[in-house]
Parts: sequence; C-alpha cells; structure tokens
Amino acid sequence: MKNIEFRTATSAQGGLVVMGGVPGVAAGSRVQLRDHAGRIRSGLVIRAADDAVLVEVFEGTDELDLERTWVRFLDEPFKLPVSRDIMGRIFNGSGLPRDGRPPIVSADRRDVNGEPLNPAARAYPREFIQTGISAIDGMNSLTRGQKLPIFSGGGLPHNRVAAQIVRQAKLLGEEAAEFVVVFAAFGASHADARFFQESFEESGVLNKVVMFLNLADEPVIERLLTPRAALTAAEYLAFDLDYHVLVVMTDMTAYAEALREVAVLRGDVPARKGYPGYLYSDLAEIYERAGRIKNRRGSITMIPVLSMPSDDITHPIPDLTGYITEGQIVLGRELANQGVYPPVTVLPSLSRLMKDGVGKNFTREDHPHVASQLFASYAKALEVRGLAAIIGAEELSDADRRTLEFADAFERRFIGQGEDEDRSIHETLNLAWDLLSMLPAESLIRVSEDELAKYHKGAEA
Amino acid sequence: MGAILEINGPLVKLELPQTVIGEQVRVGRMGLVGEVIGRDGDTALAQLYEDTAGLRPGEEAEGLGWPLSVELGPGLLGAIFDGVQRPLQAVREQSGDRIARGVAVPSLPRDKAWHFVPDPTRQAGGMLTGGDVLGSVQETESILHRILTPPLIQGELLELAPEGDYTLDEAIGRVKLADGRIEKLHLFHRWPVRTPRPFKQRDHAVAPLITGQRILDTFYPLLKGGKAAIPGPFGAGKTMLQQQIARWCNAEIVIYVGCGERGNELTDVLEFMPELKDPHTGRPLMERTLLVANTSNMPVVAREASIYVGITLAEYFRDQGYDVVMVADSTSRWAEALREVAGRLGQMPVEEGYPAYLGSRLAAFYERAGRVETFAGDHGSVTLIGAVSPPGGDFSEPVTSHTKEIIQTFWALSKELADARHYPAVDWLESFSGYVKSAAKWWAETVDPNWESARAEALDLLAASEELQRIVNLVGVEALSSEQRWTLEAAGLIKEGLLQQSATDDVDSFASPEKQYALLAALLDIYRHGMRLVKLGAPARRLIQLPLLAQARRWKSQHGSDDLAALKAKIAAIPDSFEPLIQEYTVPLSTLREATP
Repeated sequence: MKNIEFRTATSAQGGLVVMGGVPGVAAGSRVQLRDHAGRIRSGLVIRAADDAVLVEVFEGTDELDLERTWVRFLDEPFKLPVSRDIMGRIFNGSGLPRDGRPPIVSADRRDVNGEPLNPAARAYPREFIQTGISAIDGMNSLTRGQKLPIFSGGGLPHNRVAAQIVRQAKLLGEEAAEFVVVFAAFGASHADARFFQESFEESGVLNKVVMFLNLADEPVIERLLTPRAALTAAEYLAFDLDYHVLVVMTDMTAYAEALREVAVLRGDVPARKGYPGYLYSDLAEIYERAGRIKNRRGSITMIPVLSMPSDDITHPIPDLTGYITEGQIVLGRELANQGVYPPVTVLPSLSRLMKDGVGKNFTREDHPHVASQLFASYAKALEVRGLAAIIGAEELSDADRRTLEFADAFERRFIGQGEDEDRSIHETLNLAWDLLSMLPAESLIRVSEDELAKYHKGAEA
Repeated sequence: MGAILEINGPLVKLELPQTVIGEQVRVGRMGLVGEVIGRDGDTALAQLYEDTAGLRPGEEAEGLGWPLSVELGPGLLGAIFDGVQRPLQAVREQSGDRIARGVAVPSLPRDKAWHFVPDPTRQAGGMLTGGDVLGSVQETESILHRILTPPLIQGELLELAPEGDYTLDEAIGRVKLADGRIEKLHLFHRWPVRTPRPFKQRDHAVAPLITGQRILDTFYPLLKGGKAAIPGPFGAGKTMLQQQIARWCNAEIVIYVGCGERGNELTDVLEFMPELKDPHTGRPLMERTLLVANTSNMPVVAREASIYVGITLAEYFRDQGYDVVMVADSTSRWAEALREVAGRLGQMPVEEGYPAYLGSRLAAFYERAGRVETFAGDHGSVTLIGAVSPPGGDFSEPVTSHTKEIIQTFWALSKELADARHYPAVDWLESFSGYVKSAAKWWAETVDPNWESARAEALDLLAASEELQRIVNLVGVEALSSEQRWTLEAAGLIKEGLLQQSATDDVDSFASPEKQYALLAALLDIYRHGMRLVKLGAPARRLIQLPLLAQARRWKSQHGSDDLAALKAKIAAIPDSFEPLIQEYTVPLSTLREATP
C-alpha cells in the first residue's frame, strides 16, 4: 500500500482532505501528498472508513488541485528519527532540518505520540533545581521532573525569564554539565526565535540545545505536531541517553489556538470559548510527558510558556494548564510597569512539588517556613496597601506603615533582581530574613520560635 | 465475529449483529478492548478504552458477552489499577515503563494462594443467599477479607472447602441453584460496574467521618455514608486536602480514584502511603488503601469508566461490613470525558457542551453512597467525596452547580485563601453541611455537650468579622468601635489559631476531635474574656497587645493530639493573662459602696 498513489480526493477545505475509495487505511497513519507542482506535503489520517478517509494536511490545503493531487498512505504513525546527532540541531515542527544541514538518518524512529507512562513506573520529583531567581527558588521552587509553566501576557518579559532559567538552572552540589535543553517554539515570531537562539549562543550552550521551530507564519496544523516531536526528542535524550533535559516550550496559547482551528474544521462540538472538549486531554498528553522514571537516571523538566489572553488567568488555556501542571509562575503587568524584573506575581504563583524538595536535607531547614511567612506577610501587606490607597498613608498606624515599607522592599529587592544575577538559595533565604526583620517578630507566626531566634535581626524572642 | 467499519478517535463503528448495549468488545489485530454504546441494525458503535491509532477498517471485532466488570476478591488492597481495573504493577512487569496497548493481565493475581478459613456456620446442605459470608481471608494484618457469595445467587450449598490455601482459580465450594444448575464458588467473583450492588436496606448515617481536619470535622462535618464535594480552582489545595482525608480519616478502607489527574500526584500517594501509619490502627496506610488511576494522559474513555470501577470496589468492601471512603479526583474530568464522547456521538449539547444527561448521571453516581445493612446482617457504608474542578473557579458552571444540589457537605475551596497561603483553603462562608444535627449528637456524647453551641458561636464570629472587614476596607480600622475591633481580632485568632492547619506540620497534620474541641473552646474563651473587658471600658488596642494572642496562635503546633494535658494547662491559665487588665478596669467594690449614699 505504501507504494500506491491514489488520486481520489473528493474534497479539500482548511487543511482537511477527504479521500474516497481507499480501503483498509489505518487510523493515525501518515500520509504523503504530491500536488500538481510536485511539492510534497505530509498529513495524518484522522478518520478512517472504507468509503471515505479524512486526512489532516500539515502544510495546509492552499493551492491544492483535487484532480491533480496524488496521495500515498505510508501505513505508519508520524515518527521522528533519533540519534545523538540531534544535539545542536534545528528542526521544523515535523522534525525536518531547518539549519541547512542534512536530515537525521537513524534506524531508531519513534512515534511522536509516545505512549502513556505507567503511573506505577514514575519516580516522584524531589531534587531542588536552583534557578538563581529568588521569587522562584525562595517561594515557588522548581524540582527535577516537574512541569512548571510561566503564565504571562503580551509584552511581558517571559522569554527573558525563560532564557535566564535555562542559563542558570543547576542542582545543588552538582556540576551543571548534565543539563541539555530541548526548545520548541510554535507560533512564535522570528524575533522571539532569534532571541532564544542568541541567548543560547551567548551562554555557550548552543551545542547542548535541540530546537524545534514552527514560526508564526508557518502552517498551523504543523503546530500540533511540534511539541510532540520535541518531547519525543526529549524522551530519547532523558531516558535513553540519561541526560537531564529541560524542555522550554513557547507559546502554549498558539498551540491551543491551532487545536481550536483544526477542531472547528473537523466539526467537533465546542466546549468553552470555542475550544474543543478534549483540550484538557490534549494538553495533558503534552504536559504529562515530563517526569522521572524509576531506575532511570535522566529526567524531563518542563517549562512551558503561555500568554494569557487579555491577562485572564481564568481563560481556558491557562485554566486547564493549571489543572495539569504542578504549579505556575505568574508574571504581572503591574510589577513590570514599575520596572521590576522578573515581574513574578508571587501570590497566584505556586509550586506544588516544593513541599517535597526543600527544607532540611534539600536546601535549608527554615526554607518552607520562610516561604510560607513571606506569602502571609506580603498578602497582609497588600491589604494594607489597598487600605492606604483609600484612606491615605498618613492615616495608617506605625505598624501598618512598617508593613508598607516591607512590601516595597520585598518587591524591589527580593522579587526584583538583575537579568544576569544568579542568587544562591542561601543568598535568597538570607535576603528573605533581612526583609522579614523589618516586621516585628511576634507578627511572624509561620516561622518557628527557634528560627526567629536564629535569623530574625532584632528579635527579642 | 464482526468487523470494523470506521474509526473516529476513540469511537469505532462495527459490523456486529446481535450485540447488546454495554457489551465488552475486542477489536482489531491488537485486541483493543471497549464497550458498545449504541446500535443501529447490524452496526454497533463502540468506545475503546485505548488509543485507536493503527486500527483499520476491515479488521475483526468480537463481542465478549459480558458488560464492563471488575474482579472482587483477595488481592485488591494495596493495589493500583487503571480505569478498567488492569493492575498497573503487573502491567509494568509485562510491558515496561509505558503502557502498551492490548495488554491483557488479570485484575487479581492468579498464582497467589490465600489462606481461606470457612465460616463455621456454613454447612453443606444449608441454604445460601447472595451476600452471605462463606469464610474469610486475612488479606492484610488490619483487614480481614470476607469472602462473599456473589449477589443474585440463591440455592443449596453442596460443598464448602475446608480451611487451607487456595488460589483464585480453585473452587472453594459448589452451590445448587433453584433451576438445578450447579455453580462453582471461588474466592472472587465479578460484578458489572454500572450496576449498583444490592443490599438488604438503607440505614441512617450516624457517626461523623473524622478526618482530623478542624475546618471539616468541627465546622462542616461529613457522616460515614454521606456524600461531599470539594470544588476549587487549580492551586486551591484540592489535592492536598483529599490526600489529608485519605491519610487520616477513620474509615477502614480508602479508595482513591485519580480520574484524569496528574501522574506525579499518584506517584506521591504510592510513595508516601506505605511509609505512613494509620493513626487508628498503627498499621501502614497502604494496607487499607486501594488506588484506581487514570491519569490525564491515559485514554479518555477509560477515565469515564474509572469512577464506576472505584465505586463498585467500594460497595464490595461495604458489603463485607466495612466503612469505606471513596475519594474521586476529579468528577469534572469524568464529566468532561462524558462530554467528549457525547460530542463525538453528535448528541445535542446543552450547557458548555455537556450533554443533557449530565445531572442525572451525577445524581445516580452519588446515590451509590450510603450506610446500609448488608445481606449478611452487618452494617457497612460508602462515603463519597468528589473533587470538582470548576473552570476558572466559577462555581456556577454545570458540574459544580449540579453537584451542589446532590451532595450534603460542600467544602468550597477559595483561591483568595490559597493565595494568602491559608490552608486548608476551605471558605467558611461558602461551605455548608447538612449533617450538623446528626454530628452534634455524636460530638455531644463523645467529646463535649457544648460542641454545637461553640461551633455556632465561632461561625457567627467569623461572619460578623466579614462584615466588619468590609467596613475596614472602605474607611480603615480606626472607624471601628472597640467592641468591633476586638471581634475582628478574635476572628483573626480563630482563622490563624484554629482554621489554618498545615498538612506538613507533623504535630498538627491530624487533630483528634478532643484537640479540635479544646482549641475551639480555648479561643472562644479568649474572645469572651476580652469582650467582657471591652464592655468594662478597656480599649481594644490594649487587648490586642496581649502576648497571649500570639502565643495562642502557636498552640495548635505545640501540642499534638496525644499531648492534650499540657494544652489544657495553658487553657486553664487564660484568665491569668487578662487579670492585670481586669484589675485596672474593674471599679473596686469599695468605691462603689462609697458612692452609694
């Protein structure tokens, strides 16, 4: 069947082609289309019956002439060839080289959809990764094997934050050398792609990066394949070659929009805001490929970047993502406008795996309590700030005024830091105590009395 | 034997005459399993539990002759199953770290022999009815697995095996049915998951489920045999709260159904459960726990089934006379699976794409909770706790609003509380419990007769402070009277010293009912002392500076449930802290006398 070309397309619209009279085609199998100009396009079978086969074409159906389109069914799912040579290479969304170098030749070709990891085979992520960014390390720590997205908005510096994490991420007490990066961009602008490329180049990690790029002006349907191809490469690097892989994907919103576009064409019933009901399952197929496996050395840590449409965290894309990922780092416009970098809005940010990766034996014994105290004190301080905006700062009590000073210092000195500033976790925690010492010891009930005595400056306790 | 006609995502159209809706089918060369959900003449529509990529029109399909069923017998406890009861540990041994398709592994191990002790009252020649206890197997140290006669069987017991070791494939008895057929009995039997297991009659739920979480037990109690929902946006601590319940609750069996949730969370449960001890028996928690896992990246149709698999397992232990808690995380993912399939079937969507039968399916599912009298004359219960994941945290969405009408206890999680790291982030104003009256009886008999009034007083205080907080947000705290400021302060004390309870605090992660009540009474005592002083003219400002307020906030993590004597000593000393102020603001009797002519 692989060698037969069919010319039985009966309709084509928005990236979908219906083929008539091709019996026995396997669902999910790869398709090659040759158009009248001899150009080759690729696609997937998404519905199979003897009388009609529905094919999704990655490069789209523009300029397709039904009578002069020849279709071959390759009889296998979409596969990515993998070998050590992928390191340092740049591919397009379907895994073909876009760096002008020859394609990867390997007998080892993997189904890009992967297979679900058996929950009984997973190992729980427990190793603290130091990113050098206080707002993350101190309050929303990342662990190896975690998926922690950056929720951002148009015009916010999410790319710079992601790049800084890639540059600085390391495990405590271990050489940073074991990390490799898989970078996938879908629907990203040429400028964004270039920014990352240059940032990897400058920090000298380019030969340890595998890039999969599907840019904003490239076919939408290919966007659905891009993260899957990238994660197939990541799984190979992590679980065959024992690397610790950091996967950075941007922008998940573009991915979900592509999914919606295709779903509408397929005629799927829309659920919320026109997104298909299976958006959750589809996103989960991607995010859940992060993790660790028992008795394997490598790991996949994932940092997806997504821009929240109109900064709305309840929009289906960030909302469903938040239900799947193990927390989120939220960037805020208000802080960014005040010139705070990185503008991490700490209150809605969260790392679910932090509780098991910090504290005694991991970072420092006071870490969990300090983080909890910072959250509580800052939340309280924001209430006071809201009050001050109404009744005026003059009306505040002395205690409230000190709280306000704490909030300002916290934002400026703790959240704010340089783009090249790489703070150790000890520096971060000591800084936290400097700031907490601006508040009276008796108001700090999330930390223990012993910790107060040890770290609080000017504590009477 | 039939054939595949069309493949569309998880739905497959088959040529399969004479199949029955609900029948299990095996299709294609890979042997993928699914169930028939519709018929039209000789064609049938089936949904498959596994990914359909690679299936072709023309490949074979066969009906298996039974509906989706689970195996019920020794070997269940401590296991982790997927959404259609495949044992994930055994699957891993067979297919490696990733779940290959078409893997066929029996749900319960066939090679293991169990030590069966027959029930001495069962004699050959006696009559046998479904649900009767045939004997028992000591499955774990804490759980005696009672071997039950399969429901619906009725007849004369011809033979029952003597005490000894038997595998699941060996017969342990024979029964002669009314129609003369002879049926073999085994240590296990099968039951279709979509049919509730029968029982003699429903009973009143009487005892509260103690979870060790103050905001739940003290404020919004749930009864054994009751139904509860935990709705909350992501990041509000839903998972943590459910894990706390699974860890600490005083049920005998806990069934945790991870329905469309994170893989790492199940790993967490799998890793920490064996290390933790059941606070009620001292045995490893895993011995009373059973996991059903369909993580979010596993096929969506099996997700829909996983909830039913879980509840059937729960009913089976209930029928043995146990109190069972089933935690379903999350029912929203189950509803979404329903929606996904309905969408592919082209059914008319009503709200947010959900099919019209969403409400009735949810109600029927929750109806499977309850306390019952079993056929064997025991009492058992299934308590259902369903997590709900409302999109955007909007409680008016269909799944949350339908659930709210069905359940009796509503533990509403709040994003604002979680953002301020107030855990458990159960909103004390939005939550409710319809079981307070029944629970009050138990608390009055077991812990303290004043429980109900103390609870009400604390809730009033919290509600009052909410009103006051609104005023403060508008005009500042200075606008409040001393009485109001003290109310606000005391509510803060209750929030921080009582409602907040850290899951990671070894001392306070679990609080016994006695500790819960002692703290509640103590904090209310502080409030009342202060209020008396304020009424005597003491400014709230002075009271707020009392070191007692900061100290009392730490009591919960200084004294564990086994250290109540020390806590009670501190409580007894509360009046001392107020003494100097009382002296100052009480007009001495002598001056009063002088003033009176």
